[in-house]
Amino acid sequence: MRDTRAHSRKPGLRLWLSGGWITILVLAALLAPWISPHDPLAQDLFAGRMPPFWQAGADPNYWLGTDSLGRDVLSRILHGARLALTVALIAGVLTCLIGAILGLIAGYYGGWADLVISRLVDIWMAFPPVLFAILLIAVLGTGMTSIIIAIVVIDWTRFARVIRAEAMSQSKMDYVASAQVVGRSRFGTALTEILPNVLPTIVALLTLEMGIAVIVEAILSFVNLSISTDAPTWGGMIAEGRTSVHQAWWVLVFPLVALFFTVLSFSQLGEGLKDHFDPVLR
Amino acid sequence: MQILRRMIARLAATAVTLVGVAVIVFVVIRVVPGNPIAMMLPPGATDADIQRLQELYGLDKSIPEQFLIWAGGVLQGDFGTSISLRQPVSELVLGRLPATLELSVMALVIAVALGGAMALTATLYRGTRVEGAIDVTGGMALSVPDFLWGLVLILLFGVLWPLFHISGRVSPSLGFEFQSNFYLWESFVRLRFDVWADIVAHMFMPALALAIPLAAIISQLLKQSLKETMHLDYVTLARTKGYSETSIITREALPNAILPTLTLVGVQFTFLIGGTVIVERLFSYEGLGNMAIDAVINRDLPLIQGIVILFALIFTVVNLVVDMTYAALNPRLRHA
Repeated sequence: MRDTRAHSRKPGLRLWLSGGWITILVLAALLAPWISPHDPLAQDLFAGRMPPFWQAGADPNYWLGTDSLGRDVLSRILHGARLALTVALIAGVLTCLIGAILGLIAGYYGGWADLVISRLVDIWMAFPPVLFAILLIAVLGTGMTSIIIAIVVIDWTRFARVIRAEAMSQSKMDYVASAQVVGRSRFGTALTEILPNVLPTIVALLTLEMGIAVIVEAILSFVNLSISTDAPTWGGMIAEGRTSVHQAWWVLVFPLVALFFTVLSFSQLGEGLKDHFDPVLR
Repeated sequence: MQILRRMIARLAATAVTLVGVAVIVFVVIRVVPGNPIAMMLPPGATDADIQRLQELYGLDKSIPEQFLIWAGGVLQGDFGTSISLRQPVSELVLGRLPATLELSVMALVIAVALGGAMALTATLYRGTRVEGAIDVTGGMALSVPDFLWGLVLILLFGVLWPLFHISGRVSPSLGFEFQSNFYLWESFVRLRFDVWADIVAHMFMPALALAIPLAAIISQLLKQSLKETMHLDYVTLARTKGYSETSIITREALPNAILPTLTLVGVQFTFLIGGTVIVERLFSYEGLGNMAIDAVINRDLPLIQGIVILFALIFTVVNLVVDMTYAALNPRLRHA
């Protein structure tokens, strides 16, 4: 449905920029304990709300300043990247697995399975997703596992819907019919013929999903339903920064920049991959 | 006949969806560990007190029994009583609904205006850098969700260049007595434009945050449809007749290109309404979504149920209306 010509004018640049940012982020997340100048949880009440290094009154020890409890903003962002990427990876892969399996079943087997799964998707679409996520966290309790479960539960439909449609159109193709003619089982056909053909779509969707997982985690931290109250999450930092934005803008701006570019990069990477794999359909 | 059967099938599906939503919310919030009644009583309360209140709210019965009692009440318009605010849920929810409706509609209007303008400009300057710039802007607008746009707007126009208010719905200092909860509408009808301007200054940024991703989607799809229409014979005919490019696009191409966009806007509008939950929180806007988050934090079971059902109802009704509008506007479906 979308215009590909305009987008594919510079397909390389978009992928390089977003891929580059995510690489930096992965490195920052992996190396956070070694490259962070401070302990992300260490408070220094005498150094609260220190501005970043280029402003008057800054402490050169705290490059990006400190929050109201005197915790180092840079160290918290680096450790926040760890939490964000962990959630993105685990929640993204699990959502993808469950959604893709259900989508394949519905699209390829059809019949009752399709009816039940499609009806479930309809019901899910009638929930406001953010409210649903918050509700689940309230039920499951806060913590990394709960956040991951909540993301999987609210977002499996995204994969199920697309993969169902793809599997449906693929299963009408001649090569699927010929696979059955030569005596492959239905399950075997699904695994060896349909799956490889929808795999590019799955990879692109997975990349998009990781961006969504990052944002959901940030939203949950923002309403204070994240891992724990003092854990260095970007959403938690943003929530604190939002309340003190007139006194200490840097507490809001730096984690926001990190979150903004991360979400943008995952999304651009996913869209780029989608165009790259499938220039005709998208 | 065909249309009638289609509609009945749609209505049945809608009913199934709503019941499904009700059952899921009902069961999910009842497996919450921690007793909501114990939380609302002072620390010195005895077990007998807790027992008495549980009976009062019907929480001592089994989940299927509770569901039947609740569903029976809902059919008569009774959604129960909020545990934390001790008022009828229907009153609370309907009191907040106008705020959310006004915000959503304002966001929709902004999205249509912005997206439409982007599509028309890009079509007029197709193949030039202007089109390229609009594509890149649209791609970015689409990649970042409303929550983040809200934060960016707070920084830009709330702090750096404080043009708008960043929290609340109306300045209390104005001392205006509202008769209804449709503040924007009421201040306009009562010709209090100072109040109206103040409300707009509060609503504009949350509405814009909600509108940005939708504007990008509208722009992309409308541009695509316009592009396809621009190659049709009757457009070429208009061109040979010597009409200007602008009037060809707006008078000839647009009416024919608008139908697919219209359907999409309807579906996307439900996502926009879903987005109000966190955006209202972000801007401390006193709508349904903000109340919903408080309800979840306070474990207010009847209130959570009421709000989620109302959201689901809005979503399904919007989808239904879109389907019917599409059927009415599309001659191919009408005569099928």
